[in-house]
Amino acid sequence: MHPAFSVIFLTTLIGAGQGLYLAMVTGQLYAVARLLPPQKDQFYAIGSMVALVLLIAGLVASFFHLGRPERAWRAAAKWRTSWLSREVIVLPIVMALVFAYGAAHWMGWTQPLFQLGESLQVDLTLLLGILGTLASFALFVCTAMIYADVKFLQEWHTPLTVSNFIFLGAASGFMLATAYSAYISNPLAAFYGAWAVILTLAGLVSRLAHLRHNARLKHKSTVQTAIGVRHSKLLQKSQGAMGGSFNTREFFHGQSQKTADRVRYAFLILAFPVPILLIGAAYVTVSSTLPVAAFLVQFVGLMAERWSFFAEARHPQNLYYQSVA
Amino acid sequence: MTQLALVIDLNVCVGCHACVTSCKEWNTSGWAGPLVDQNPYDGSPTGTFFNRVQTFEVGTFPNTETVHFPKSCLHCEEPPCVPVCPTGASYKRPDNGVVLVDYDKCIGCKYCSWACPYGAREVDEQQKVMKKCTLCIDRISDAKLSERDRQPACVMACPTSARLFGDVHDPDSEVSVAIRERGGYQLMPEWGTKPANHYLPRQKTRMHIDPDELTRVDNPLRKEDLTTYTGEETLDDVAW
Amino acid sequence: MQDPVSYSDSTVGRVEVKETTCYMCACRCGIRVHLRDGEIRYIDGNPDHPLNKGVICAKGSSGIMKQYSPGRITQPLRRKAGAERGESAFEAISWDEAFQMLEERLAKLRAEDPKKFALFTGRDQMQALTGMFAKQFGTPNYAAHGGFCSVNMAAGLIYTIGGSFWEFGGPDLERAKLFVMIGTAEDHHSNPLKIAISEFKRRGGRFISINPIRTGYSAIADEWVPIKPGTDGALILSINHELVKLGLFDREFLVQYTNAAELVVDDPSRDDHGLFYRAEMHIEEGCFDPQNRLWWDRDIDGPISTHTPGADPRLMGSYTLEDGTPVKPSFQLLKERLEQYTPEWAAPITGIAAETIRRLAHEMGVMARDQKIELPIKWTDCWDNEHESVTGNPVAFHAMRGMAAHSNGFQSIRALGVLMTLLGTIDRPGGFRHKAPYPRPIPPCPKPPHGPEAVQPNTPLDGLPLGWPAKPEDLFVDADGEAVRIDKAFSWEYPLSVHGLMHNVITNAWRGDPYPIDTLMLFMANMAWNSTMNTGEVRKMLVDKQSDGEYKIPFLVVCDTFASETVAFADLVLPDTSYLERHDALSMLDRPISEFDGPVDGVRLPILQPKGECKPFQDVLIELGSRLKLPAFTKEDGSRKFRDYPDFIVNYETSPGSGIGFLAGWRGKRGDQFLKGEPNPRQWEMYAQNGCVFHHELPRSYQYMRNWNKGYLHWARAHGMIRYAEPITLHLYSEVLQKFRLAAQGKGPGRQPPERLRKRVETHFDPLPFYSDPLEAQMIDTRRYPLNALTQRPMAMYHSWDSQNAWLRQIHSHNHLFLSPSVGLANGFEDGDWVWVESPHGRVRCMCRFSEAVEPGTVWTWNAIGKAAGAWGLGANADESRKGFLLNHLITEELPAHDAGEHLSNSDPVTGQAAWFDLRVRVYKADEKEPKMTSPQFKPMPRLPGQEKQRGKWQSYVAGVFGKK
Repeated sequence: MHPAFSVIFLTTLIGAGQGLYLAMVTGQLYAVARLLPPQKDQFYAIGSMVALVLLIAGLVASFFHLGRPERAWRAAAKWRTSWLSREVIVLPIVMALVFAYGAAHWMGWTQPLFQLGESLQVDLTLLLGILGTLASFALFVCTAMIYADVKFLQEWHTPLTVSNFIFLGAASGFMLATAYSAYISNPLAAFYGAWAVILTLAGLVSRLAHLRHNARLKHKSTVQTAIGVRHSKLLQKSQGAMGGSFNTREFFHGQSQKTADRVRYAFLILAFPVPILLIGAAYVTVSSTLPVAAFLVQFVGLMAERWSFFAEARHPQNLYYQSVA
Repeated sequence: MTQLALVIDLNVCVGCHACVTSCKEWNTSGWAGPLVDQNPYDGSPTGTFFNRVQTFEVGTFPNTETVHFPKSCLHCEEPPCVPVCPTGASYKRPDNGVVLVDYDKCIGCKYCSWACPYGAREVDEQQKVMKKCTLCIDRISDAKLSERDRQPACVMACPTSARLFGDVHDPDSEVSVAIRERGGYQLMPEWGTKPANHYLPRQKTRMHIDPDELTRVDNPLRKEDLTTYTGEETLDDVAW
Repeated sequence: MQDPVSYSDSTVGRVEVKETTCYMCACRCGIRVHLRDGEIRYIDGNPDHPLNKGVICAKGSSGIMKQYSPGRITQPLRRKAGAERGESAFEAISWDEAFQMLEERLAKLRAEDPKKFALFTGRDQMQALTGMFAKQFGTPNYAAHGGFCSVNMAAGLIYTIGGSFWEFGGPDLERAKLFVMIGTAEDHHSNPLKIAISEFKRRGGRFISINPIRTGYSAIADEWVPIKPGTDGALILSINHELVKLGLFDREFLVQYTNAAELVVDDPSRDDHGLFYRAEMHIEEGCFDPQNRLWWDRDIDGPISTHTPGADPRLMGSYTLEDGTPVKPSFQLLKERLEQYTPEWAAPITGIAAETIRRLAHEMGVMARDQKIELPIKWTDCWDNEHESVTGNPVAFHAMRGMAAHSNGFQSIRALGVLMTLLGTIDRPGGFRHKAPYPRPIPPCPKPPHGPEAVQPNTPLDGLPLGWPAKPEDLFVDADGEAVRIDKAFSWEYPLSVHGLMHNVITNAWRGDPYPIDTLMLFMANMAWNSTMNTGEVRKMLVDKQSDGEYKIPFLVVCDTFASETVAFADLVLPDTSYLERHDALSMLDRPISEFDGPVDGVRLPILQPKGECKPFQDVLIELGSRLKLPAFTKEDGSRKFRDYPDFIVNYETSPGSGIGFLAGWRGKRGDQFLKGEPNPRQWEMYAQNGCVFHHELPRSYQYMRNWNKGYLHWARAHGMIRYAEPITLHLYSEVLQKFRLAAQGKGPGRQPPERLRKRVETHFDPLPFYSDPLEAQMIDTRRYPLNALTQRPMAMYHSWDSQNAWLRQIHSHNHLFLSPSVGLANGFEDGDWVWVESPHGRVRCMCRFSEAVEPGTVWTWNAIGKAAGAWGLGANADESRKGFLLNHLITEELPAHDAGEHLSNSDPVTGQAAWFDLRVRVYKADEKEPKMTSPQFKPMPRLPGQEKQRGKWQSYVAGVFGKK
């Protein structure tokens, strides 16, 4: 598949946004559970606003993917069948909840509304946080299922696509939370850093499993099934158009195998070991800037990962577009 | 339920591209038009076509088959491109099974093209909406056209009549009979898309000649006594 | 969007439907042009047209993009003063100025030496008019493109069976059971052949394709027999060998309808050696075979007049007549000739295994013998024998340029004619069938002028510019036996060059051999590109000057619809219309569109107004003819006879009162006559009312065996199609060729060839088909150039005609050299690599594509996809010029100097057919550092005045609104 930058930005930005938001809510939950010291509302509010900015940036990027962005509103119509439609519905809900969560913190609407059990004071931010968390997970699933649900793209048609999107999005979000905390010298940096490393490792495991899945993949479609002729030697000579077509532009990454390999190595290094090492170094040196670097490096790595994710996928339609003459 | 479709006879398709350009010319000025061209008179010309003819080579010399393979939307009975469309622009007509795109609803997200294993959809790079074969819906349903003309442009054009058009759900239709009797098959059956369009495979006519058939009593050579006696000596003259 | 079910196209805009005839290729299908608000909405096939029955091809369906192409020329153009030829620097002028220029120049030439004016046209289908114009002008220097297309196919078969493939006849696939196609690319005879092959296959017929390449029609053959190019003759001769050896021939057919049993003088010492023995009897002279020959009767064991009732002649043996003349039936001579051509002999030459050849022969022979067709149609032959039925043998053939475009093509095609005759398949159901006006006498009656005195100032040419020589006296040569025509047609170099040698005109004119000319007028012929051999050199010749600074070809007039490569070299450019903007007659006088069942002709009618100042070339000729006061265009009082082309078509008669004109339908004052009849002023209207086509279906009893069908022949004579209602005996043995051979051997009192050509004529004018290697291969080092290189035309492109077409060029925007992977392996390159293709005459760089569908000793590419930069209205970066290439650069138009001459054409020595396919090459990898671009490249041709400016990046055609914003 041709990696479109609009989609690369969309998925990486909203992944990081959702992840950062999840980090904020996680921080609050730990605090509610008294596992962490509570933070000022401003901490959550700013974090949420950053998450919102990322979500908005992702949304803006997504418009570049549309031929007719002015009609984007129509995309909510087919939520019963289309994961894309569901994403279109869930994304604004997430954005609204993130905004509401941040705003509630900002406005200090933290008076307990009711109490659960002996000590669990439930306030508006907690409710919004939990709702937002659910929505965020739903959004991860929707986004990932857009790809994972295309059964012809066997590279994508696996639960690993969903776990990748969740782990990688969450990892980058927690990485950003680490950077944010470290930058404002908030002691939560260590907490977030630890989660960032855990999620990054989980993402690595998931992504490696995905690579393994793809390497072992046996494609269901062959040129034989594509045209219905049974012969071991079957080669295309012409595809009916010599100057290219939508089919050659949309479904091929257009780069050499060498370039594709390089991008894969790049993301395997940039998205996983480098940020982990940087977080480790930051922990040791108590640096406030290394986590920022870790986030930026990982984000670049994840963009490369997303490029690679597209480039890895071999669409069966490509069987019809092998040769020009 | 009616399911209109094309049945393409690979046994007679000579790869002339008549279906390609007759489709283009009908549809560019029709209900589903225009079909835009990019760089029409310069490097790498490219444009939207609903139908392409491709060429494949089977086997190695001298046992080579050259297969010309026309490909357009197969109007699947389980069209994977339809449910993924977020706006409902892609739809399958309930009355005749034709899969269509409503350009007024299409947002140009191209997701339907990802969901089509056949590469049957092509984005109009200028109008920014997805386009595809309509089976010439604006011909086949136009009551103002004569019965003969109420066919897709490609079917009318095809010089070898390699394209049959009809209802594959009607067991007595020409297309159903052809599928049944000629071993009609679907592309990429592994995906369960149930393409309505079918292809008819190559068939060979061979001739067997028994060695006995080479010589017959009425062989004209027998009319020519190939030797004539001109008075020279023979064994019959000298042996006893 | 509106629900398509409630949408009707007919409600959008103002809709009109008009009928005319397609001209996107030479096939001439009936079309319906649908207009919306005056723009073309849709072109589809006319369902009532006998030729295409409603279907249409890729080209025909893309007529819209031809009509609205930015490559069109819209104004007459004159080369700017001071600008050099080839720079394409022009200024627009008025038609009046253009006509004045032409009138002055041509009037002077006509008054001084008419042959200094040469008119050559790229297509044949207007040659009734163009040829007449040349004759009226008085110049012999006229031909259409047949010489470089497929004249061997026309001549080889017409000199054998009195008809040929495509317009003149074809395979009866409706009744055939075995169809053998030889060397046919994806073109002739496009839609009818596609229709017929597919129906044939559906009926279960067996289809064998003999071709070095498996594409197009060959793709759907039941069996593909890959053959080495130029060896078809060897294959067919060995099939003939096998058929004769096994007795798998139609004896009765050979006896009754061919000269197989006729006795040939067999005494090399005699002047009439090799000619048929003629009995003494009074015989009317004419261009037909007189019935004064002898058979050797089995029963009386002696000579007997041919076709004597009850006679049963010998086909074999050697006999002596009473006067002591040793004779043999010509079939005996054929049998002796074929003895050497065993399948084992042919196998290494053709690359086809001997057992395959044998099997092919058996399939043909057994199918023809055992699957006889009998139709309950009564008919009477020329000898008054009444037949209760028409019978046939269901083996049909079709062949085209693959056989023809070799220097041994004429004799290979003669061999094919013999094969079809042996099988008894001529004008019989299931075999080959003629199309009116064929069959014609062997050879047909028209003859070229016989000497230089035929060309006189201010006088029409004495004779036809093109004709059918039957004997050396018919040649067009001077007292020394040298050529009179600029292309040397009908000279001893190419005696039977019945379509001329357009491919040598520029080279000869440039060299001044046989003489320099002044004005060369080219119509629709891309002689500076794909319609010429040796393209690079020919482009130089066109701009070459004499020492006085005058161009060697002083004045070049080009008439074309599009800014072709040749236009750049013109001194005067005349903008032709598109095929949708003019009247045309697809005339019986020319190459009509007849069907097996009777004569058909057709017309084109203008659908649209001519673009800009475009004017149909026919009108240009009528105007010029009138201005020059050529007799046929002028009344006795000196005033012009015809207003314009439509007026000419209606009112012209071949001679006053002949009743024969360009169009055969709706003749006579009331339009109630056909073929022959007075001019009908409403003829165009009547064609318009009848789908632009006239079709006369013959009675069934006249539809078969027409060479010998008394009823048909008399009908044809009564309707002015033939001069003599005499039987047209098939020339299994060609006495016509033997006459030339005898002359070359110095026998007889008549004309003889110049010394240098004696051996060449003697060798190639063999009365029986024989095989020889193509000429060029005999003269070059074939070990250095081991590969044969071919071109063929793809089905979606007609030569160079369609690169200006935005839709068709997307299908073929550039071309590759297709070759066997084994060639890549042997020469160290991979699929898709840039390679050099080199012949002894030059080299081109191109991309290669491996293919298993090509004979490994052959490389090939699509013809004329490659274009010179900027031509045809394309941008300078168009794929056609950057990635496309032309093989013509490698093909020489002249053979290396040898004892028969220094400048002999690279053509068949009998017919002058351009030997495009004799090309030998080698292929090697281009250096990695070389530019990824084809070579040679030419300086981009600038836009012409009046030509549309480059269209933008986007083009979305919608009829009714396109370009109207």
